[in-house]
Amino acid sequence: MSNGSGSGPITEALRRSGAVVIFLFKLLWQCIPSLARPRLIVMQIYNAGARSLIIIMLSGFFVGAVLALQGYTLLQRFGSEEALGTAAALGLLRELGPVVTALLFAGRAGTALTSEIGLMRATDQLTAMEIMAVNPMRYVAAPRFLGGVIAMPLLAGVFNLVGLFGAQAIGVWQMGVDKGSFWSQMQSAVDFRDTWEGISKSLVFGVTCSLIAVHEGYNSEPTAAGVGLATTRTVVASSVLILLLDYILTAAFLD
Amino acid sequence: MTNIELSDKASQPDDDVVVDVRDVHYGVDSRPIFQGLNLKVLRGRITAIMGPSGTGKTTLLRLITAQSRPSQGKVLVFGQDVDELSGSAIYAMRKRMGMLFQNGALLTDLDVFENVAFPVREHTDLPEPLIRRLVLTKLQAVGLRGAADLMPAELSGGMARRVALARAIVMDPEILIYDEPFVGLDPISLGMILRLIQKMNEALGITSIVVSHDVKELSSIAHVSYLLSGGRVVAAGSPQELAQSREEVVHQFMTGAAEGPVPFHYPAPDFQTQLMAETP
Repeated sequence: MSNGSGSGPITEALRRSGAVVIFLFKLLWQCIPSLARPRLIVMQIYNAGARSLIIIMLSGFFVGAVLALQGYTLLQRFGSEEALGTAAALGLLRELGPVVTALLFAGRAGTALTSEIGLMRATDQLTAMEIMAVNPMRYVAAPRFLGGVIAMPLLAGVFNLVGLFGAQAIGVWQMGVDKGSFWSQMQSAVDFRDTWEGISKSLVFGVTCSLIAVHEGYNSEPTAAGVGLATTRTVVASSVLILLLDYILTAAFLD
Repeated sequence: MTNIELSDKASQPDDDVVVDVRDVHYGVDSRPIFQGLNLKVLRGRITAIMGPSGTGKTTLLRLITAQSRPSQGKVLVFGQDVDELSGSAIYAMRKRMGMLFQNGALLTDLDVFENVAFPVREHTDLPEPLIRRLVLTKLQAVGLRGAADLMPAELSGGMARRVALARAIVMDPEILIYDEPFVGLDPISLGMILRLIQKMNEALGITSIVVSHDVKELSSIAHVSYLLSGGRVVAAGSPQELAQSREEVVHQFMTGAAEGPVPFHYPAPDFQTQLMAETP
């Protein structure tokens, strides 16, 4: 325990944050030429997005179902079960869709990205590219980053759709809420601003998760332990940042 | 500088010197690795860089390929000081080089064909039939045309290194750098790699730098050998000259003796004192 100013961990945290920001600028710079190779980006959208579909859909269904179950119990007390559609849609679109998708993305696609790039570092693949005069930031990091950023809102969209289906399955089919009221109240209460809030959050989470995953992999120690540590850091840092940014964005959208 | 003077090499015209390392000092953290390193690599020759483990052989390759910069001294490659090169100039210089990594460093998400085609696709706009012909020619040269569709995970260590060699020569480099090319290979694969290094040098005239501690193998193909120890070149000359050297460190390395100037034991406190000391 240091009895000094305690600047050690703070300095370290600032140094790491600064390194991530510098990495982000380098990455964005390399994203421009990387756009000329859509094949690489599409492949990464497939890896990060399509391969996460099952976990996203399963989770979406159950989150929607739980939302309907809890919502129905609560709304029933006030005799307004018909508002269940609105409650489920707003909850999913504005909050649960982007947040849960991002948390699942960090665990599924983020860890895969970090360990893949970390292993490429450990097996000299990135150095080999450097020696072949190919910038690995352009060939490896940028397409993976862009793939993650594009995949996240798409996954959140799928999550919301399946979530609404789960809410209908429980609310309408099991609890007996009127189907017409469920959908019509949802249509009248949910406007573009709600959808935009969800999409914005997804984009911010997409940038955050992909940046952390790619940065940790790219800068991991080239050893088995180093790659493992980087993967853990990806999940921890992504999860905490998602929840922190969610609070900030929610507050910003309320203004 | 050395026990065997390189007077004949020093008199080579400058355009014959492809890599010139001049009085290089380099360290990691506070640990010095090179303290006044001097060596020259001549065009069209096979130059062997030998030395005990931990003497900085791979670090030297990092300096030559501009992955690291010396803290003092100069590294000239193709007559250019690598320390003064911009990012794009470094990439331009690297396009004239090929490097074979210890583990092959093949891109694991591409098959053998695409691995060899990778530099061609990145740096040229050649039509697909021409790329195909070029890649198959290089794979034929290393005897692995039949393995074009395999993934790197399906290759043995020796095969992976041969594919990596095909990839390293696909852009027809002027210098080919081999980092520990014989490590972990069975005698057949080792013989193949050895013959390939010689073939690349003789048939294509490629300047080769081979970093290794396999004295016997290297001595059979190298034109010039440098022995590194203690951060500097301790001996240089033909393999035969090194084998006949009476210098202690050279003799110990060439014969593989356990005792000599390079100690068996890592520096440690007195054994008996340490044993008798109370455990904390």
